[in-house]
Formats: sequence, C-alpha cells, structure tokens
Amino acid sequence: MAPNQSVQRWMYERMLESRYFDEAIFAAYFEGKVPVFNMAKGPVPGEMHQSFGQEPCAVGVVAQLGPDDVVGAAHRPHHVAIARGVNLERMAAEVFGKKTGLSGGRGGHMHLYDNSVNFFCSGIIAEGLGPAAGMALARKVQNLPGIAVSYIGEAAANQGAFHEVMNMASLWKLPFICVIEDNKYGVSVPKRVSTAVERSPNRGAAYGCFGEYVEGNDPDKIYAAAATAIAHARAGEGPTILELETERLHGHFIGDPAGYRPEAERSAQQDPIPGYRRRLLDAGALNETSAAALEAAVKQRVAAAIHFARDSAYPEPAEALDRLYA
Amino acid sequence: MAAPPNASTAGQSDRILTMARAGREAVISEMRNDSKVFVIGEDVGKLGGIFGTAVGVQEEFGTWRAIDTPISETGFIGIACGAAMAGMRPVVELAYVDFFGVCFNQIYNFAAKTHYMSGGQYKMPMTMMIGVGGGYNNAAQHSQTVYGTFAHMPGIKIAVPSNAYDAKGLMHSCIQDDNLTLWMVHKATCGLGWLGAPLKTAMAVVPETDYLIPFGEARVWREGTDVTLVGLGLTVHHCVQAADLLAVDGVSAEVIDLRTLVPLDRETIFNSVSKTGRLVVVDEDYLSFGVTGEIIASISERDPRVWKSPPRRVAYPDVPVPFSRPLENFCMPDAHKVVAAVKSIMAPP
Repeated sequence: MAPNQSVQRWMYERMLESRYFDEAIFAAYFEGKVPVFNMAKGPVPGEMHQSFGQEPCAVGVVAQLGPDDVVGAAHRPHHVAIARGVNLERMAAEVFGKKTGLSGGRGGHMHLYDNSVNFFCSGIIAEGLGPAAGMALARKVQNLPGIAVSYIGEAAANQGAFHEVMNMASLWKLPFICVIEDNKYGVSVPKRVSTAVERSPNRGAAYGCFGEYVEGNDPDKIYAAAATAIAHARAGEGPTILELETERLHGHFIGDPAGYRPEAERSAQQDPIPGYRRRLLDAGALNETSAAALEAAVKQRVAAAIHFARDSAYPEPAEALDRLYA
Repeated sequence: MAAPPNASTAGQSDRILTMARAGREAVISEMRNDSKVFVIGEDVGKLGGIFGTAVGVQEEFGTWRAIDTPISETGFIGIACGAAMAGMRPVVELAYVDFFGVCFNQIYNFAAKTHYMSGGQYKMPMTMMIGVGGGYNNAAQHSQTVYGTFAHMPGIKIAVPSNAYDAKGLMHSCIQDDNLTLWMVHKATCGLGWLGAPLKTAMAVVPETDYLIPFGEARVWREGTDVTLVGLGLTVHHCVQAADLLAVDGVSAEVIDLRTLVPLDRETIFNSVSKTGRLVVVDEDYLSFGVTGEIIASISERDPRVWKSPPRRVAYPDVPVPFSRPLENFCMPDAHKVVAAVKSIMAPP
C-alpha cells in the first residue's frame, strides 16, 4: 500500500524534525567538549547515539500506528520518538538532564519514556523486545485493541532475547512487529562479520512468522511493507520480522569517527532526506514555497524545544533519591 | 509479634498449611479478585509450578492466565515486564533462583529500573515466585539463595517468608504491590512432595480470608535478653532451634525473622541489639558482601556503643555448593553452628 500525499508530507516533516533535532543536539554536544573531548562535559553529557540517515525507518512504520499501539525504541531512539509524537520539549529537556524532562533527568537520551503516547526505550541491545511483546500479549489476552512495535538494530538479532521472544510471539500469535534497522554496523563490526545470515527476516522460518526485507532506505517502500506487517498483526495472524536497510551516516556515537568503515563505502552513503524532498516536489505533494514554509516551521519547533531545554532548571540533587518505587 | 501459631498451638478448627499451599491460596485469591493477575513461566500449567504455587490455576483460569512458557527466561520475563507496564499484574515463576544467571539483565536492568528511569511514568507491578536454597544434594547450580545479589540492586522488593502464615500474607502483598517484588521461598521450608516431610515449624495456621503482611516489618519470634539471632527463610528455624538449645544452658536468645529483606526492618534489629548487646546473623547466602555484613554494618553505623561483644556471622562459606552430603553439610548453616557462634561471644561465667 502506497502512502498518500498527506502521509508523505507527514513523513517528510517528521524526518526533518528528527534531523533538525539531531543537528541541534550535535551542536550543543560539543559545547564544553573542546579542545579536549570529554563525554562527561558540557550541557549535553553522556554517550550520544544519533539517527542521521535512519529517519525513514521510523516514519514509514509509525505513520500507520494509532494511539492504542505501542512503540519501543532502543539506544538510538530520537527519530522513533519524534515519529511517535513524543513531546519534543520534554524530550529535549531530558537529553539536557533537566527537571522538565520526560523523566525529570533520570533517564537521559537512551531512556526516553512517554507513557502518554505509549512510547518507551531500552538502552541495552535487544532488551526492549520482550517488554514490547509483553505489551502485545496484554492487548491480546485482554481483547484490547492495539499492536506493539519494537525497534532493534541488525546486530541485536544476534542476542538470545531475539530468538526467545520471536519464538513466543509467533507461538502465541501476538500482535507484534520486530523492526530491525539494518544500518550494517554493530558499533564497529559489519554485519557480514557478525551474522551468518545476510537477512534477518529469513530467520522467520525458524519461528514460523512473517519476514520481509526492505531495500533502499525509502520511506514509501518501508510504509508499504509495514502496512502488510501491521495488517497481519491486527488480524491476529502473528508477528513479522521487518528488516529495513538503512544508513548510519555518522559514527556509532558522537566522538566515534567511524574510521573502521572503508572510504568507498562511506562516500557511497546516501542521505535519504534530500531525495525524498525531490520526490515530493516532483509529485506535487509539495512546492518550493510550501516546502520552505514547512521546513521553517519545523526548524522553529526544534529551536523552541532546545530553548525550552536550555532554559529549564536542573533537578534538585536530592531528587536522585525519588521515584525508585511506585 | 510472636511466632505464628502452628500445629502445637492450633485449635481443632484451624487449618494448618504448607508454605506452598499457602502461597498458592494467595495467588488464586488475587486472580479471582483481579482479572489482570496472571501466572506465567515454565511448568505452571498442568504441573502447577515446580514448587506447587500454581497448582490448579490453569484448570480454573485457562491457558491465558496460567501461561506455560518455553525455557526462555529472558524472553518470558521480558514479556511479563511489558504486560506489567501495560497495566497487568504478572506472577512469574522463575523456579530455581540459580536460573537468574540466564535472565538477570531483564530483571535488574529493566524490571527494577524502568519506574525510576521513566520518572514514574511506567509502573512494574510484577511478582516473581522463586525457590531458593540447598541442603538436598542438588549441587552448585540448584542450591543457592543469592539473597544478597538481588537485595543489592535498587528497585526490587524482596519477601522471604519463613512459614505458611507469612507466605500467604506476603504473597498477597507482593501481587498487590505496584513494583517488582520477589517471593523467595526456601525449598526445605515449603512442603514439597519431592523433599520428604515438610519442616514442622514452617507449617502454620493459615486463615482462609485474605490478609496482607506489609513489607519492612520483621517479626520477633521469641523474646530474649542475652543475644539477638537474626534469620530469614530457613535460617529462622535454625535460630529458633538454637534458642531452644541455648535456653538449656541458661542463655536467653531473641529471634528475629526478617520476613522481608528489602525493605529491611533495621529498626527492629537495632532495638533488639540495643537490649541484648550481642548479635548473630544467620544466612544461607554466601558470607562475603552479603546480607550478614549489611545488617551488622547498619547497626554499627547507627550506634557502635550497643555492642557488648563483636557481632558474628553464620553464613555459607565463599565456595560453590558442593554435591556430596558431608561436603554440603559442612558448609550449610545449622542450629549447632548458631549455638557455637553465640557461645563464642558470651562472656565466660
């Protein structure tokens, strides 16, 4: 199923929002980290995994989800969170460690939670798969509407949790989709070095579930494949392993120069956003004027969120001791 | 609060249950009261759980409320976490605590931290039923208690019942709690068909009605003036037996049953030691870096003047649990080791 122009505009807008957000965080990240790079310094401390290049994976799937559905993301969550509609100001504030952040600064960028839009994260590889499947189970056994979508990277399919969860999700026909963002590298290790099968959807044969691989890092193609997976899930036909070819345009984290990647490979990488913009212009979904207006509006929204984060107060230090228990 | 009524003090109409039966009664009652409660884990269906706490549950509630899982602890604990975050109240059977080795990430990095990391947005109302302990020659991978390992991790509440009355009340409290709770029961106390006759002092009069035993309230099984004996789970019974033996020699021992390890009732322990001035902590977990040291440290931090004698620890030596009977018996805490520890700190007459 192809997305209509309204959906295409939405996907473009959300990809841009993620991109602008990452650009703004990238700039803020280096404050206090020059000339000596120290991850612990500056207004945005800690490890920072950004989504440059992977934006299509989020929008193509999440565009088709409703409020009853749930989305779990991993350690590289910005594009997924933004596609899901997580409050951008509170998300930015969380990344800055502020009191107004989604978790009051307890989580940080790898642990973004927004219960109001059924969104959660998990910083450890493949750890969020089981919980997402459990949210699918809760919907199924209570006859509640909704499906669960769990985002992992291609390297996470080598975790034992992947095998265990896909087996049970398929056995119990859970309304569940495992989205694998195949950016071809687990930190520094290429997929061909770590993984015996070229494409993880082929592992679906081991679990008796659906599997599909989508080439091209193309929001429209992802949308079409996700539509099928979502239909299977909503119809009670069981889970899908949906692997999406994508590109990690930067290193694993800011500060990783990715010197382990061959130069030819890096120079062949394509940024998916300009091409998508051209497509929408060619198809008449946008014109230069409407595109510029949309881009300015998104830029403004992101700037406001960063401003909100910078302006917000830090939590009181002793708040560290709160919220351990419900 | 004294020892729970048991066979020796029970009236004719009193029901005396094993811990497994008592725990199971709480599970079933919670399931009848709340359709969001369900049991999940290995062998919880037809078998009713390896420790019998889910017997008859699948028969009464069906396969979706007593979900038999594959041997995939990381997977089904993760799934239970998600169900809990979605508002259900899973009761997860981990069976032997030793199996935490294959799934600890999902427990301590996810279940225990999600409420905190989400700033309270996601609750984790999940209970794990776990069998612990040795003394039955099942060797190093099926005999540990590892209480301290779990207690060390913030975000987990831990109930360690020593008897059937507490087993039921604590199970109710676990399931009704909005946090990750562990219900850790020692195999030697719980009354299993495959472990001989149940320990008499662990069986107790159990009311048919529901009742809660709160977290963080220890029980003084027996009052005394000369020394405080602190135990949890099976070691409470070692302490009680030791107190009987000590009484013959004119030593008055006070016995404290922790009942919940986290939160820990430091107040009750401190008050007792303030009175007796002497303490022996008895734990089946490994000696070092564990429960025994934590208890002693917390007393000393509060007021080192309470000590009339150095505190003592009776715990498992820092080796894996051996298989052979004489080897294991050498390592296991028991009443005689408790008596010896007490005598070592009582002033000579």
